[in-house]
Amino acid sequence: MTSIIDDSRPIFVQIAQRIEEDIIAGSLLEETQVPSTNQFASLYQINPATAAKGVNLLVDQGILYKKRGIGMFVAEGARQRLVENRKEQFYEQYVVAMIQEANKLGITAEQLADMIRRGDA
Amino acid sequence: MQSAVAVSNLTKTYGKVAAVSEVSFTMEPNKIYGLLGRNGAGKTTIMHMITAQLFPTSGELRVFGEAPYENANVLSQICFIKEGQKYPDLFRISDVLDVAGGCFKNWDNEYAYSLVEEFRLPLKRRMKKLSRGMLSSVGIIIGLASRAPLTLFDEPYLGLDAVARSLFYNRLIEDYAEHPRTIVLSTHLIDEVSQLLEHVMVIDKGRLILNEESEMLRGRALTVIGSAAAVESFAAGKEMIEREAFGSLMKSTVMGGIDEDEIRRARALGLETTAVSLQQLIVHLTNGNSERGAVRL
Repeated sequence: MTSIIDDSRPIFVQIAQRIEEDIIAGSLLEETQVPSTNQFASLYQINPATAAKGVNLLVDQGILYKKRGIGMFVAEGARQRLVENRKEQFYEQYVVAMIQEANKLGITAEQLADMIRRGDA
Repeated sequence: MQSAVAVSNLTKTYGKVAAVSEVSFTMEPNKIYGLLGRNGAGKTTIMHMITAQLFPTSGELRVFGEAPYENANVLSQICFIKEGQKYPDLFRISDVLDVAGGCFKNWDNEYAYSLVEEFRLPLKRRMKKLSRGMLSSVGIIIGLASRAPLTLFDEPYLGLDAVARSLFYNRLIEDYAEHPRTIVLSTHLIDEVSQLLEHVMVIDKGRLILNEESEMLRGRALTVIGSAAAVESFAAGKEMIEREAFGSLMKSTVMGGIDEDEIRRARALGLETTAVSLQQLIVHLTNGNSERGAVRL
Protein backbone atom coordinates (compact mmCIF):
# COMPACT_ATOMS: atom_id res chain seq x y z
CA MET A 1 0.00 0.00 0.00
CA THR A 2 1.11 3.59 -0.63
CA SER A 3 3.67 4.65 1.92
CA ILE A 4 3.04 8.35 1.31
CA ILE A 5 0.76 8.36 4.33
CA ASP A 6 2.58 7.84 7.64
CA ASP A 7 1.33 6.44 10.92
CA SER A 8 2.27 9.26 13.23
CA ARG A 9 -0.66 11.57 12.57
CA PRO A 10 -4.30 11.40 11.44
CA ILE A 11 -4.59 10.99 7.67
CA PHE A 12 -6.88 14.00 7.23
CA VAL A 13 -4.18 16.24 8.67
CA GLN A 14 -1.69 14.80 6.18
CA ILE A 15 -4.08 15.36 3.27
CA ALA A 16 -4.61 18.98 4.32
CA GLN A 17 -0.86 19.46 4.59
CA ARG A 18 -0.30 17.97 1.14
CA ILE A 19 -2.75 20.45 -0.38
CA GLU A 20 -1.04 23.29 1.53
CA GLU A 21 2.33 22.20 0.14
CA ASP A 22 0.96 22.23 -3.40
CA ILE A 23 -0.43 25.73 -2.90
CA ILE A 24 2.85 27.02 -1.44
CA ALA A 25 4.89 25.38 -4.20
CA GLY A 26 2.60 26.90 -6.80
CA SER A 27 1.42 23.65 -8.33
CA LEU A 28 -2.10 24.51 -7.15
CA LEU A 29 -2.79 28.11 -8.15
CA GLU A 30 -5.30 30.43 -6.53
CA GLU A 31 -8.77 30.30 -8.08
CA THR A 32 -8.08 26.87 -9.60
CA GLN A 33 -9.99 23.72 -8.74
CA VAL A 34 -8.51 21.14 -6.36
CA PRO A 35 -9.06 17.41 -6.99
CA SER A 36 -12.33 15.99 -5.69
CA THR A 37 -12.61 14.05 -2.46
CA ASN A 38 -13.05 10.83 -4.44
CA GLN A 39 -9.96 11.57 -6.52
CA PHE A 40 -7.92 12.05 -3.34
CA ALA A 41 -9.40 8.85 -1.95
CA SER A 42 -8.42 6.68 -4.89
CA LEU A 43 -5.05 8.41 -5.36
CA TYR A 44 -3.94 7.76 -1.79
CA GLN A 45 -6.10 4.67 -1.24
CA ILE A 46 -7.83 6.22 1.72
CA ASN A 47 -11.41 6.40 2.89
CA PRO A 48 -13.33 9.17 1.06
CA ALA A 49 -14.72 10.43 4.38
CA THR A 50 -11.15 10.96 5.58
CA ALA A 51 -10.22 12.83 2.41
CA ALA A 52 -13.30 15.02 2.82
CA LYS A 53 -12.29 15.81 6.39
CA GLY A 54 -8.87 16.99 5.20
CA VAL A 55 -10.40 19.21 2.52
CA ASN A 56 -12.95 20.62 4.98
CA LEU A 57 -10.20 21.52 7.41
CA LEU A 58 -8.85 23.92 4.75
CA VAL A 59 -12.34 25.19 3.95
CA ASP A 60 -12.78 26.09 7.63
CA GLN A 61 -9.50 28.02 7.49
CA GLY A 62 -10.60 29.88 4.37
CA ILE A 63 -7.80 28.37 2.28
CA LEU A 64 -10.26 26.54 0.03
CA TYR A 65 -13.81 27.48 -0.81
CA LYS A 66 -16.69 25.61 -2.33
CA LYS A 67 -18.33 26.53 -5.62
CA ARG A 68 -21.74 24.97 -5.47
CA GLY A 69 -22.15 22.14 -7.92
CA ILE A 70 -18.60 22.43 -9.26
CA GLY A 71 -16.12 21.63 -6.48
CA MET A 72 -13.44 23.08 -4.26
CA PHE A 73 -11.22 25.98 -5.30
CA VAL A 74 -8.14 27.65 -3.85
CA ALA A 75 -9.09 30.99 -2.29
CA GLU A 76 -7.52 34.26 -3.29
CA GLY A 77 -4.65 35.19 -0.98
CA ALA A 78 -4.38 31.57 0.25
CA ARG A 79 -0.72 31.22 -0.66
CA GLN A 80 0.34 34.39 1.16
CA ARG A 81 -1.49 33.31 4.32
CA LEU A 82 0.01 29.82 4.25
CA VAL A 83 3.51 31.21 3.79
CA GLU A 84 3.03 33.53 6.80
CA ASN A 85 1.88 30.60 8.94
CA ARG A 86 4.81 28.52 7.82
CA LYS A 87 7.29 31.23 8.73
CA GLU A 88 5.97 31.20 12.28
CA GLN A 89 6.36 27.43 12.45
CA PHE A 90 9.82 27.57 10.91
CA TYR A 91 11.46 28.94 14.03
CA GLU A 92 9.83 26.36 16.27
CA GLN A 93 10.39 23.36 13.98
CA TYR A 94 13.81 24.03 12.48
CA VAL A 95 15.71 26.72 14.32
CA VAL A 96 15.07 25.46 17.85
CA ALA A 97 15.86 21.87 16.85
CA MET A 98 19.02 22.96 15.05
CA ILE A 99 20.32 24.92 18.04
CA GLN A 100 19.63 21.96 20.35
CA GLU A 101 21.63 19.65 18.08
CA ALA A 102 24.42 22.26 17.72
CA ASN A 103 24.70 22.58 21.51
CA LYS A 104 24.93 18.82 21.83
CA LEU A 105 27.84 18.75 19.36
CA GLY A 106 29.58 21.81 20.84
CA ILE A 107 29.10 23.96 17.73
CA THR A 108 29.36 27.64 18.63
CA ALA A 109 26.91 30.29 17.49
CA GLU A 110 29.61 31.75 15.22
CA GLN A 111 30.31 28.37 13.57
CA LEU A 112 26.58 27.84 13.13
CA ALA A 113 26.19 31.21 11.43
CA ASP A 114 29.11 30.31 9.11
CA MET A 115 27.43 27.06 8.17
CA ILE A 116 24.15 28.82 7.39
CA ARG A 117 25.97 31.28 5.13
CA ARG A 118 27.76 28.40 3.41
CA GLY A 119 24.46 26.55 2.91
CA ASP A 120 22.85 29.67 1.51
CA ALA A 121 25.53 30.21 -1.15
CA MET B 1 -30.45 8.11 11.29
CA GLN B 2 -31.39 4.44 11.09
CA SER B 3 -28.34 2.35 11.98
CA ALA B 4 -27.20 -0.40 9.61
CA VAL B 5 -26.42 -2.82 12.43
CA ALA B 6 -27.24 -2.46 16.11
CA VAL B 7 -26.38 -5.15 18.66
CA SER B 8 -26.58 -5.01 22.41
CA ASN B 9 -25.27 -7.56 24.87
CA LEU B 10 -24.92 -10.02 22.02
CA THR B 11 -23.73 -13.37 23.35
CA LYS B 12 -23.09 -16.75 21.77
CA THR B 13 -22.07 -19.67 23.95
CA TYR B 14 -21.21 -23.24 23.00
CA GLY B 15 -21.60 -25.28 26.17
CA LYS B 16 -19.39 -23.50 28.66
CA VAL B 17 -17.40 -21.64 26.04
CA ALA B 18 -18.45 -18.08 25.28
CA ALA B 19 -17.48 -17.39 21.66
CA VAL B 20 -19.00 -13.92 21.88
CA SER B 21 -19.89 -12.30 25.16
CA GLU B 22 -21.93 -9.21 25.86
CA VAL B 23 -20.94 -7.33 22.72
CA SER B 24 -22.70 -4.03 22.05
CA PHE B 25 -22.15 -1.68 19.13
CA THR B 26 -23.89 0.13 16.31
CA MET B 27 -22.75 0.49 12.74
CA GLU B 28 -23.88 3.61 10.93
CA PRO B 29 -24.91 3.38 7.30
CA ASN B 30 -22.41 4.08 4.52
CA LYS B 31 -19.22 3.67 6.49
CA ILE B 32 -16.39 1.19 6.11
CA TYR B 33 -15.82 -0.77 9.30
CA GLY B 34 -12.85 -2.94 10.19
CA LEU B 35 -13.68 -5.91 12.39
CA LEU B 36 -10.27 -6.92 13.68
CA GLY B 37 -8.86 -9.40 16.13
CA ARG B 38 -6.93 -12.63 16.45
CA ASN B 39 -7.95 -16.06 15.22
CA GLY B 40 -10.82 -17.39 17.27
CA ALA B 41 -11.61 -13.99 18.74
CA GLY B 42 -15.25 -14.26 17.67
CA LYS B 43 -15.32 -12.05 14.56
CA THR B 44 -16.82 -14.66 12.26
CA THR B 45 -19.37 -15.69 14.88
CA ILE B 46 -20.55 -12.08 15.13
CA MET B 47 -20.87 -11.86 11.35
CA HIS B 48 -22.78 -15.12 11.24
CA MET B 49 -25.26 -13.73 13.75
CA ILE B 50 -25.64 -10.43 11.87
CA THR B 51 -26.38 -12.38 8.69
CA ALA B 52 -28.85 -14.69 10.46
CA GLN B 53 -26.79 -17.84 9.96
CA LEU B 54 -26.47 -18.39 13.70
CA PHE B 55 -28.83 -17.72 16.58
CA PRO B 56 -27.50 -15.54 19.39
CA THR B 57 -27.68 -17.23 22.80
CA SER B 58 -28.84 -13.91 24.20
CA GLY B 59 -28.86 -10.24 23.38
CA GLU B 60 -30.50 -7.92 20.91
CA LEU B 61 -29.69 -7.77 17.20
CA ARG B 62 -31.14 -5.38 14.62
CA VAL B 63 -30.09 -5.02 10.98
CA PHE B 64 -31.58 -1.98 9.25
CA GLY B 65 -33.89 -1.73 12.22
CA GLU B 66 -35.31 -5.26 12.02
CA ALA B 67 -34.51 -8.73 13.31
CA PRO B 68 -32.68 -10.44 10.44
CA TYR B 69 -33.76 -14.06 10.98
CA GLU B 70 -36.00 -15.27 8.11
CA ASN B 71 -36.59 -11.66 7.22
CA ALA B 72 -36.39 -11.35 3.42
CA ASN B 73 -36.57 -7.58 3.62
CA VAL B 74 -33.32 -7.51 5.59
CA LEU B 75 -31.51 -10.46 4.09
CA SER B 76 -31.98 -9.17 0.54
CA GLN B 77 -29.87 -6.17 1.55
CA ILE B 78 -26.96 -8.23 2.85
CA CYS B 79 -24.03 -9.73 0.97
CA PHE B 80 -21.71 -11.88 3.07
CA ILE B 81 -18.47 -13.10 1.48
CA LYS B 82 -17.11 -15.84 3.70
CA GLU B 83 -13.59 -17.01 4.13
CA GLY B 84 -13.21 -20.09 1.95
CA GLN B 85 -16.64 -19.72 0.37
CA LYS B 86 -17.80 -22.95 -1.33
CA TYR B 87 -19.46 -23.05 -4.74
CA PRO B 88 -21.11 -25.90 -6.67
CA ASP B 89 -18.23 -27.82 -8.28
CA LEU B 90 -19.71 -28.01 -11.75
CA PHE B 91 -20.71 -24.36 -12.01
CA ARG B 92 -18.65 -22.17 -14.29
CA ILE B 93 -17.66 -18.69 -13.09
CA SER B 94 -20.28 -17.27 -15.46
CA ASP B 95 -22.96 -19.47 -13.83
CA VAL B 96 -21.97 -18.26 -10.37
CA LEU B 97 -22.25 -14.65 -11.50
CA ASP B 98 -25.67 -15.36 -13.06
CA VAL B 99 -26.96 -16.78 -9.78
CA ALA B 100 -25.45 -13.90 -7.80
CA GLY B 101 -27.08 -11.46 -10.21
CA GLY B 102 -30.47 -12.97 -9.36
CA CYS B 103 -29.89 -12.57 -5.63
CA PHE B 104 -28.98 -8.91 -5.34
CA LYS B 105 -31.22 -5.99 -6.26
CA ASN B 106 -28.36 -3.61 -6.97
CA TRP B 107 -26.24 -6.13 -8.90
CA ASP B 108 -24.23 -4.51 -11.70
CA ASN B 109 -23.53 -7.21 -14.26
CA GLU B 110 -21.35 -5.07 -16.50
CA TYR B 111 -19.19 -4.13 -13.51
CA ALA B 112 -18.91 -7.79 -12.48
CA TYR B 113 -17.66 -8.77 -15.94
CA SER B 114 -15.18 -5.91 -16.06
CA LEU B 115 -13.80 -7.13 -12.71
CA VAL B 116 -13.52 -10.68 -14.07
CA GLU B 117 -11.21 -9.30 -16.74
CA GLU B 118 -9.21 -7.23 -14.30
CA PHE B 119 -8.73 -10.18 -11.97
CA ARG B 120 -7.90 -12.31 -15.06
CA LEU B 121 -10.40 -15.03 -14.30
CA PRO B 122 -11.33 -17.76 -16.81
CA LEU B 123 -15.06 -17.15 -17.19
CA LYS B 124 -15.86 -20.61 -18.59
CA ARG B 125 -13.81 -22.69 -16.15
CA ARG B 126 -15.64 -24.85 -13.62
CA MET B 127 -15.35 -23.91 -9.96
CA LYS B 128 -13.65 -27.18 -8.94
CA LYS B 129 -10.79 -26.40 -11.33
CA LEU B 130 -10.08 -22.96 -9.88
CA SER B 131 -7.11 -22.25 -7.65
CA ARG B 132 -7.67 -21.02 -4.08
CA GLY B 133 -6.75 -17.47 -5.12
CA MET B 134 -9.14 -17.54 -8.07
CA LEU B 135 -11.97 -18.67 -5.79
CA SER B 136 -11.21 -15.75 -3.51
CA SER B 137 -11.31 -13.40 -6.50
CA VAL B 138 -14.76 -14.70 -7.42
CA GLY B 139 -15.97 -13.88 -3.89
CA ILE B 140 -14.51 -10.39 -4.05
CA ILE B 141 -16.18 -9.74 -7.40
CA ILE B 142 -19.55 -10.84 -6.04
CA GLY B 143 -19.07 -8.70 -2.95
CA LEU B 144 -18.25 -5.61 -5.00
CA ALA B 145 -20.78 -6.07 -7.82
CA SER B 146 -23.64 -6.90 -5.41
CA ARG B 147 -23.56 -3.30 -4.13
CA ALA B 148 -25.54 -4.63 -1.18
CA PRO B 149 -26.41 -1.96 1.42
CA LEU B 150 -24.59 -4.13 3.96
CA THR B 151 -21.60 -5.99 2.53
CA LEU B 152 -19.41 -8.13 4.79
CA PHE B 153 -16.05 -9.51 3.72
CA ASP B 154 -14.71 -12.12 6.11
CA GLU B 155 -11.00 -12.60 5.41
CA PRO B 156 -11.80 -12.56 1.69
CA TYR B 157 -8.34 -13.16 0.31
CA LEU B 158 -7.15 -16.63 1.08
CA GLY B 159 -4.47 -17.44 -1.49
CA LEU B 160 -4.79 -14.07 -3.18
CA ASP B 161 -1.54 -12.48 -4.39
CA ALA B 162 -0.45 -8.94 -3.53
CA VAL B 163 -1.38 -7.57 -6.96
CA ALA B 164 -4.94 -8.87 -6.70
CA ARG B 165 -5.28 -7.60 -3.11
CA SER B 166 -4.16 -4.16 -4.17
CA LEU B 167 -6.65 -4.28 -7.04
CA PHE B 168 -9.36 -5.19 -4.53
CA TYR B 169 -8.56 -2.18 -2.32
CA ASN B 170 -8.52 0.18 -5.30
CA ARG B 171 -11.82 -1.01 -6.69
CA LEU B 172 -13.39 -1.07 -3.24
CA ILE B 173 -12.51 2.59 -2.59
CA GLU B 174 -13.59 3.70 -6.06
CA ASP B 175 -16.87 1.84 -6.06
CA TYR B 176 -17.66 2.80 -2.47
CA ALA B 177 -17.07 6.46 -3.35
CA GLU B 178 -19.55 6.18 -6.23
CA HIS B 179 -22.03 3.94 -4.40
CA PRO B 180 -21.73 4.45 -0.64
CA ARG B 181 -22.84 1.50 1.48
CA THR B 182 -21.99 -0.12 4.78
CA ILE B 183 -18.95 -2.35 4.41
CA VAL B 184 -17.50 -4.62 7.07
CA LEU B 185 -13.98 -5.88 6.44
CA SER B 186 -12.65 -8.58 8.71
CA THR B 187 -8.98 -9.28 8.18
CA HIS B 188 -5.59 -10.01 9.68
CA LEU B 189 -3.84 -7.83 7.13
CA ILE B 190 -4.43 -4.70 9.17
CA ASP B 191 -1.59 -2.66 7.70
CA GLU B 192 -2.99 -3.15 4.23
CA VAL B 193 -6.50 -1.96 5.04
CA SER B 194 -5.99 0.53 7.86
CA GLN B 195 -6.20 3.53 5.50
CA LEU B 196 -9.49 2.34 4.05
CA LEU B 197 -11.29 2.00 7.36
CA GLU B 198 -13.38 4.79 8.78
CA HIS B 199 -14.06 2.93 11.98
CA VAL B 200 -12.27 0.13 13.82
CA MET B 201 -13.67 -2.53 16.12
CA VAL B 202 -11.32 -4.93 17.86
CA ILE B 203 -12.63 -8.20 19.24
CA ASP B 204 -10.55 -10.13 21.72
CA LYS B 205 -11.66 -13.34 23.43
CA GLY B 206 -15.26 -12.70 22.44
CA ARG B 207 -15.32 -9.18 23.82
CA LEU B 208 -15.31 -5.84 22.09
CA ILE B 209 -12.22 -4.11 23.46
CA LEU B 210 -11.93 -1.18 21.06
CA ASN B 211 -14.59 0.70 19.10
CA GLU B 212 -13.21 3.91 17.66
CA GLU B 213 -12.89 6.11 14.59
CA SER B 214 -9.67 4.98 12.95
CA GLU B 215 -8.45 8.56 12.61
CA MET B 216 -8.71 8.88 16.39
CA LEU B 217 -6.30 5.97 16.77
CA ARG B 218 -3.61 7.41 14.57
CA GLY B 219 -0.84 8.97 16.57
CA ARG B 220 -2.49 8.04 19.87
CA ALA B 221 0.20 5.55 20.81
CA LEU B 222 3.93 6.12 20.73
CA THR B 223 6.91 3.82 21.03
CA VAL B 224 9.84 5.32 22.91
CA ILE B 225 13.33 3.91 23.34
CA GLY B 226 15.98 5.19 25.72
CA SER B 227 17.34 4.91 29.22
CA ALA B 228 15.00 3.11 31.58
CA ALA B 229 14.78 6.12 33.88
CA ALA B 230 13.82 8.47 31.04
CA VAL B 231 11.25 6.03 29.69
CA GLU B 232 9.71 5.59 33.14
CA SER B 233 9.56 9.32 33.62
CA PHE B 234 7.91 9.85 30.23
CA ALA B 235 5.44 7.00 30.71
CA ALA B 236 4.28 8.12 34.14
CA GLY B 237 0.51 8.56 34.10
CA LYS B 238 0.13 6.89 30.72
CA GLU B 239 -0.95 3.38 29.92
CA MET B 240 2.01 1.23 29.00
CA ILE B 241 0.90 -1.39 26.48
CA GLU B 242 4.34 -2.81 25.84
CA ARG B 243 7.58 -2.77 27.78
CA GLU B 244 10.81 -4.48 27.06
CA ALA B 245 14.09 -3.91 28.87
CA PHE B 246 17.54 -4.69 27.61
CA GLY B 247 20.31 -3.73 30.00
CA SER B 248 19.91 -0.10 30.96
CA LEU B 249 17.80 0.55 27.86
CA MET B 250 14.07 0.26 27.73
CA LYS B 251 11.56 0.19 24.91
CA SER B 252 7.98 0.97 25.72
CA THR B 253 4.77 1.71 23.88
CA VAL B 254 2.45 4.09 25.67
CA MET B 255 -1.05 5.17 24.93
CA GLY B 256 -3.15 8.15 25.88
CA GLY B 257 -2.60 11.88 25.68
CA ILE B 258 0.03 11.71 22.93
CA ASP B 259 0.35 14.96 20.99
CA GLU B 260 3.13 17.03 19.48
CA ASP B 261 4.06 18.54 22.82
CA GLU B 262 4.40 15.09 24.34
CA ILE B 263 6.57 13.92 21.45
CA ARG B 264 8.77 16.98 21.96
CA ARG B 265 8.96 16.20 25.68
CA ALA B 266 10.06 12.64 24.88
CA ARG B 267 12.81 13.91 22.59
CA ALA B 268 13.92 16.45 25.20
CA LEU B 269 14.31 13.51 27.60
CA GLY B 270 16.68 12.00 25.03
CA LEU B 271 14.25 9.32 23.90
CA GLU B 272 13.92 8.04 20.39
CA THR B 273 10.32 7.97 19.24
CA THR B 274 8.51 6.07 16.51
CA ALA B 275 4.92 6.09 15.41
CA VAL B 276 2.80 3.03 16.10
CA SER B 277 0.79 1.60 13.20
CA LEU B 278 -2.74 0.38 13.73
CA GLN B 279 -1.50 -3.17 13.28
CA GLN B 280 1.19 -2.78 15.94
CA LEU B 281 -1.31 -1.16 18.28
CA ILE B 282 -3.72 -4.06 17.90
CA VAL B 283 -0.95 -6.61 18.35
CA HIS B 284 -0.02 -4.92 21.64
CA LEU B 285 -3.64 -4.78 22.76
CA THR B 286 -4.48 -8.38 21.97
CA ASN B 287 -1.34 -10.35 22.79
CA GLY B 288 -1.51 -10.13 26.56
CA ASN B 289 -2.53 -13.08 28.68
CA SER B 290 -4.36 -10.92 31.15
CA GLU B 291 -8.02 -10.17 30.75
CA ARG B 292 -8.20 -6.70 29.34
CA GLY B 293 -11.25 -4.52 29.66
CA ALA B 294 -12.29 -1.83 27.23
CA VAL B 295 -9.39 0.25 26.01
CA ARG B 296 -9.24 3.84 27.15
CA LEU B 297 -7.55 6.37 24.91
